[in-house]
Amino acid sequence: MRAIAEGLFTDETPPRLIGGKDRETGRIVFPCPSAKTHEPVPLASEGTLWSYTVQRYRPKTPPYAGPDAFSPWVVAYVELPGQVIVEAPLYGVAFEKVTIGMPVRFSPAPLNPQDADGVFIPAFVAMGDTE
Amino acid sequence: MSGDVCIVGIGIHPFGRTDGLSGLDQGVFAVRQALADAGVEWPQVQFAYGASDAAGNPDTMVDRLGLTGVQFINVRNGCAAGGSALFSGQMAIKSGEFELGIAVGFDKHPRGAFNALPAEYNLPDWYGEVGQMVTTQFFAAKIMRYMQMFGISQETLGRVAEKAFRNAVHAPHAWRREPVALEDILAAPLVSDPYTKYMFCSPAEGGVALVLASEKKARELGKPLIRLKAATMRTRPPHSFEVFAPSVDVVEDDTKPRGTASRIASADAFRLSGIGPGDIDLAQLQDTEAGAEIMHMAENGFCADGEQEKWLAEGHTEINGALPVNTDGGCLACGEPIGASGLRQVYENVVQLRGDGGGRQVPGDPKTAYSHVYGAPGVSAVTILER
Repeated sequence: MRAIAEGLFTDETPPRLIGGKDRETGRIVFPCPSAKTHEPVPLASEGTLWSYTVQRYRPKTPPYAGPDAFSPWVVAYVELPGQVIVEAPLYGVAFEKVTIGMPVRFSPAPLNPQDADGVFIPAFVAMGDTE
Repeated sequence: MSGDVCIVGIGIHPFGRTDGLSGLDQGVFAVRQALADAGVEWPQVQFAYGASDAAGNPDTMVDRLGLTGVQFINVRNGCAAGGSALFSGQMAIKSGEFELGIAVGFDKHPRGAFNALPAEYNLPDWYGEVGQMVTTQFFAAKIMRYMQMFGISQETLGRVAEKAFRNAVHAPHAWRREPVALEDILAAPLVSDPYTKYMFCSPAEGGVALVLASEKKARELGKPLIRLKAATMRTRPPHSFEVFAPSVDVVEDDTKPRGTASRIASADAFRLSGIGPGDIDLAQLQDTEAGAEIMHMAENGFCADGEQEKWLAEGHTEINGALPVNTDGGCLACGEPIGASGLRQVYENVVQLRGDGGGRQVPGDPKTAYSHVYGAPGVSAVTILER
């Protein structure tokens, strides 16, 4: 699995997201800044949905590099407890079933769903009742 | 300097789409109108601050207006650009160094959503490649959480848009001047849940200019004194939730709304002016989408979180309500030319304070008016005018 950029995922299976912990304040941000001020830390694999929307139209290219064939996705802000809230697509749940507070799990996904050999992006999947 | 900075002239090029006219042309149009309104000539202008995000350097307009050698400073500050130009102009006069100048803002954006690139915001390229360099996502997610926390319905969002188009019918400078029925607004296709297409403003074109004067100069010009009691510009506080944020801080108590640049700019404007939210007769609040107006009502101190549901249902923010909001239809009806948008609000406030609002005039001889803009990546500018 090839990540869309270096330093986003850990090398484990399954991978985790890599955040950046401010060496002075302890504040965690994502992605991890390249500066020495931040120490890379693995982020929790499970969290809850903090807020969301549905991306209903294809974003402009550039900068969007996804497939021409567009299908809407859930844009999620996921709270990883005690760490940070990260923004990423949420898959595996019907739009009308999405609720703030629902449990979700980190699961990188291909940028182009039709091309599993392409790059993977940070993403989450819903846990529990999703149909 | 003694006394207040006053706004003695206003000009506007209608917002929307004007093919064949550059953004700069629209800015020049607005400046000429504002100078005529103030009864002054370009050579009298001692300084200018010009705001434009995507339509070129404002100072190049000296070519059209006259090569007087005037000091002309360009301002680029996201959606707060116009407010920042006005703030800077105010400070130039307050310093005692100048007594007459202009703040001008114009823009011209391509159709469709804003096309921001990650590098412009110090973000990695992948953030844009995955499709997250999209302002509408943030705005929708912010209201989605707010609706759940404070019981705001989608219908209330629809009422904001309905009011905007209804007010704009009477605003000659507005772009979308046809009323749209609430049920049509709610039934329109979703753009970013919970917003339908009528609940987002569109990038647009337009130009606005304001002539600023010291109080002494304003009296000499014999203009009604519209006093700029406060003009503030602020950036974001810790833990805020902003547009183009790959991550947001976790906070211990997340049951309250977070701090925002708007809250800081607003509180400072009220403090500086000695005027409170209850003293304001009308307000222009950034409404790049319907929920922004809702949240900004609370962030600017006009109501408690959650009260908006009742306020909209009972018409408190209508032209004849207790606090008319976005009397010219706001960004929803005027569109958003970034450099001009904040100054449009102030233009509209001056029109209202002069009693020149025609079919959209706030009744009861308003004395105070408030304006507020918010933009990426967490900037806000507020003004308070008093007649």
